Amino acid sequence: MTSLAHQLRFEQKIFWRSREAAVFIFVFPLLLYVLLGSVYGDDIDGVPAVDILLAGLFGYGAANTAFGGLAITLVIRREAGVLKRLRATPLPPGVYLTAVLLSTLVTFALQSVALLVLGGLVFDASMPANRLGFAGAVVLGVVSFAGLGLAAASLIRSAEGVSAAVNVIILPMAFLSGAFGPTQDFPAVLQAIADVLPLTYFIDIVDGVYLDGDSFFADPTALAIVLAWGTAGALVALRRFGWMPRER
Amino acid sequence: MAQAIVVSDLTKSYGDVQAVRGVSFDVAEGEVFGLLGPNGAGKTTTVEILEGYRRRDGGVATVFGLDPGDTPRELRERVGVVLQQSELSPLLTVRETHRMFAGYYAGPRDVDEVIELVGLTEKRDARVKSLSGGQKRRLDLGVALVGNPELVFLDEPTTGFDPAARRAAWELIRSLRALGTTILLTTHYLDEAQQLADRVAVLRDGLIVRQGSPADLIGDTRTTEIRYVRNGEVVTVSTTEPTRVLNELTTEALAVGHELERLEVRRPTLEDVYLELVGEESQ
Repeated sequence: MTSLAHQLRFEQKIFWRSREAAVFIFVFPLLLYVLLGSVYGDDIDGVPAVDILLAGLFGYGAANTAFGGLAITLVIRREAGVLKRLRATPLPPGVYLTAVLLSTLVTFALQSVALLVLGGLVFDASMPANRLGFAGAVVLGVVSFAGLGLAAASLIRSAEGVSAAVNVIILPMAFLSGAFGPTQDFPAVLQAIADVLPLTYFIDIVDGVYLDGDSFFADPTALAIVLAWGTAGALVALRRFGWMPRER
Repeated sequence: MAQAIVVSDLTKSYGDVQAVRGVSFDVAEGEVFGLLGPNGAGKTTTVEILEGYRRRDGGVATVFGLDPGDTPRELRERVGVVLQQSELSPLLTVRETHRMFAGYYAGPRDVDEVIELVGLTEKRDARVKSLSGGQKRRLDLGVALVGNPELVFLDEPTTGFDPAARRAAWELIRSLRALGTTILLTTHYLDEAQQLADRVAVLRDGLIVRQGSPADLIGDTRTTEIRYVRNGEVVTVSTTEPTRVLNELTTEALAVGHELERLEVRRPTLEDVYLELVGEESQ
């Protein structure tokens, strides 16, 4: 427990000192929210556009932080030999990974608060109708997308390419899943792709708890699909994740 | 004295390449043991098996009686490592890095003492990314020592050091030895092994070709080199009977009233022995 808290403190310190990570992971979704919030009209299907966009960018933030950020961090550390060096210490690998995940959770929780504050101040956006459910969505988003982030870190070999690789996945996924605005006018084929993406269902759950005040468990199918994606990612990582640089 | 490391008939292959082909050596507690050999001789593979990074294919490898392949936590508490290539978080300071690693051990040393020991006190608040190559290597050393290990693996610890930094590192390794720390050192630098190691093993193509104290290894070769200059040309005579050869040469020179210009009588250094051992194939 103390070693978990010890490592979490250093993970947070490293994250906030890395200007690239702090800007790309923390600031970028907030920036997109301000931009998109400024160009969309007042209402989308009778719901304030700034509320729909807030839920969407919350979803994008979860994928960006827990999937993108985690994969980038782990691949860079693995290839530089940081993970290899840690393996020679008595710190248990499970404690280390848990600390990295908790650090991701702390970062995303802070980002969610920042998004709400920004929405409230700039656009007079709504506050979550079901606050506890919204907090649940923060945890669900981090856990599920972190599972996929671990899988991506296991499959991506090069530190140079990891940032581009995760964004090639995240940005189209966010666009198709409605993170950047409604998708009902998209061609059927794109909607069909969106129907298998975890972010689509995650944003559905967020819409429920944030806009409608639904229970976190209101849509068990969506919840199951999001968790299934996360579990599948974790299973890939369990089989493929390594601590050694892939130089050989 | 108890053995800290026992390696017996150790083998390891990568695909078709046999990196280690039956290596055996022991390291006693408190001893400084040097593994010498050219690149690709199997030094790092051997050390990484002992560190628990790689699984052996065959033979025995134990550290404090435990199998490092099972990577028991107890072993990691007692062992410090300097890897040939590894990085530490570039955004933490020297002191923070030491503190982070100290937190992993049950009985760490005082962080500031370790920083002093590796000579980074002036850089203690500098970020890791701002350190020079030699300073980063000293940080690696400090981080390896912060857990107060009984055994330290040093894989080419002074690569990239300037001569002054190398001497300082040697002093540090000697002081560790004086405290009873067991050290397994791999190095390219023959003078380093000669200065530091109680015993060395020379590896070539995955096999140990010679093992013993540096003095023993040098003593093994009985040849002495006699050199002088005649008519502007260097003449080198290698002999196992230097007394007789020298007597003949000087008698002859005296008889004709000649000086043996720049006369030198030289015992082989560890480097000569080493080159003889590892160079056999290429010659």
